[in-house]
Amino acid sequence: MSQKVYIAGVGIISAIGNNVGENLASLKDGNAGMQQMERLQSVHKDKLPVAEVSLSNDELCSQLKLPNHISRSALLSTVAAKEAISNSGIDIHKWRTGFISATSVGGMDKTENFFTEFLADHQNGDLKNVVNHECGAVTEITADHLGIRDFVTTVSTACSSSANSIFLAARLIRQGFLDVVVAGGTDSLTKFTLNGFNTLMILDSQYCQPFDENRRGLNLGEGAGYLVLVSEKVAESMDQKPEIALSGWCNANDAHHQTASSPDGTGNYLAMKGALKKADLKPADIDYINLHGTGTNNNDIAEGTAIKNLFEGNYPPVSSTKSFTGHTLGASGAIEAVYSVLAIREGLIFPNLRFETQMKELPFAPVTELQHKELRNVMSNSFGFGGNCSSLIFSKVIG
Amino acid sequence: MSSEGQLNITKSVIIRNNSIYVDGNIIYEYFKNDNFLNDSYESLDNNYPKFYKMDVLGKLGMLATHLLLKDSDIENHLPSDVGIVLSNSNSSLDADIRYFDSVKSFPSPALFVYTLPNIVTGEISIRYKLKGENAFFISQQFDADWLHFYISHLFQNNKINACIGGWIESIDSDHDVCLFLTERKERKNGINFTPENLNNIYGLGVDVSNIKH
Amino acid sequence: MDKQELMQRLKEQIIKQLKLEGTKPESIGDHDPLFVEGLGLDSIDALELIVLLQQEYKIKLNNAEQGQEVFRSVSTMADFIMERQAKQV
Repeated sequence: MSQKVYIAGVGIISAIGNNVGENLASLKDGNAGMQQMERLQSVHKDKLPVAEVSLSNDELCSQLKLPNHISRSALLSTVAAKEAISNSGIDIHKWRTGFISATSVGGMDKTENFFTEFLADHQNGDLKNVVNHECGAVTEITADHLGIRDFVTTVSTACSSSANSIFLAARLIRQGFLDVVVAGGTDSLTKFTLNGFNTLMILDSQYCQPFDENRRGLNLGEGAGYLVLVSEKVAESMDQKPEIALSGWCNANDAHHQTASSPDGTGNYLAMKGALKKADLKPADIDYINLHGTGTNNNDIAEGTAIKNLFEGNYPPVSSTKSFTGHTLGASGAIEAVYSVLAIREGLIFPNLRFETQMKELPFAPVTELQHKELRNVMSNSFGFGGNCSSLIFSKVIG
Repeated sequence: MSSEGQLNITKSVIIRNNSIYVDGNIIYEYFKNDNFLNDSYESLDNNYPKFYKMDVLGKLGMLATHLLLKDSDIENHLPSDVGIVLSNSNSSLDADIRYFDSVKSFPSPALFVYTLPNIVTGEISIRYKLKGENAFFISQQFDADWLHFYISHLFQNNKINACIGGWIESIDSDHDVCLFLTERKERKNGINFTPENLNNIYGLGVDVSNIKH
Repeated sequence: MDKQELMQRLKEQIIKQLKLEGTKPESIGDHDPLFVEGLGLDSIDALELIVLLQQEYKIKLNNAEQGQEVFRSVSTMADFIMERQAKQV
């Protein structure tokens, strides 16, 4: 039997709170984070609601004592990763520690300025210099700040990126390569992504309604989430041994379209099925699914159909916490992994806000009120452009 | 890997300096400078019209994978038994800039969809109907040890039978692609799947081009 | 511009906008389906056609679903453009 990989700590910053405590309070109180754009300057300001982190770059910089040329993605990442480490209570320097981060936009908020200059005059900038703003640099800044040097890497597989960074952490621990891994992801809101998603016509001009028959699209959000994953040996050394483990995971490709899911969610189905197999669980063992649930027509029908086919007759409670945080892209897998861990720890199923009308193709509906219930196994789904589909399972460790 | 048996690199493709090498041998050279990607596609592949709609990474991925899988009977594997593990240092920078430029007149959805590095893994999956694990890493340079570790793990733990791996990068029409096919089965001209051999494969194109230019 | 001229122009614009290399305007029939069978276009192509309508004809579609009807063929596209332009006058 493979050794267990425990969740020793979590950290998060999102539109519904600047730390774990604030996020949990918002989830319990049903306080959503989307509103009219405040920080982002865009022509769509009055038309497209977004879920922004309340702290400005200046506030984040002064909190972290970091210089203000650093990209917002790196700042959000550092805040959440630091919280995860302090939440775990582990002295990471005592162990072989890695940092695995994911992002889809990288330091785009800073890069946009460079592009403008570059396109006006190619002499004005060497494209290779932009490397410093790109995805890898965001990870390096946080790793440096945390003092993690043993292993650092960046995953970039769109909206499933940070789910992938979490299971990669588990692999490296199981292989005996590392003892402790801080894994997750970060993405900040930029005009680049807002305009891009707008051209795909999948943004909702109202607050999103995931898994609703009348859903109109997604709201973009921003944030970062990290988990501290540890080996059995590290877990044993802790004052209080962690009670939650990452028990299953799987990544599969939908092989259908660059951005759209196949109608019956083949990739989603393969990812969920593979994760169950890895965890040695049956569909009926899953007590709650934190959905990918973006609120787009295409995602929700594909994900819903895959769940319908896989869980036939045993539909667990499901909800999309993107109804609180918006879609935080490269950070979403990790943010929702943090929520899944909190769900088990607190014995809570979080509501799917603003749900009104049952999807006619599905035999189940999302949970609409906060539920108190003991949870043993929670599944978290993350599906990305490029057909990249991932599913994670967190389990309460018994005995 | 001893318990699983030796893995083999059964083919490699390098695209660099407007030249294409298969297993270290140059198979295509281009002396003009304007349309290397479309022209090489038209002479080597020419069976996938969607090629023209892709960004540079997508086109490079299509070309290299076509050459990599040409005689590989990859379709005999189950779709979920083939993995894809790619990497580069600049993510989707080239596509990012092209999309950003389009925003001035009208933001183009067709350009935006390529502003993620893993779209190329998606395009390869779509064309060859592959449904196994996909990964895309951002690293400063070609990291043979990491690719070797990750791909070996997929063979051991996910029981895949073949994996397309490597490096795929392009900035300002400066392409640097090194894809290799790793398989359980042995083939003629195959070599052991080791970090040293991966480094040799990646370095080979550099040596050859250094001599040539 | 009559419908014939408009359809000819649309065919050229579609080929350019959607990068349909190797496709000639004359090989697209006026009533050929553009999606799936026919030219084999997909949902991103549909979004690009929405961009084309907006850029070249100043016609805005509010949602992607509307495109399904409009983009059935070059002929339906031309009808839609002429109808909208008539309304604008």
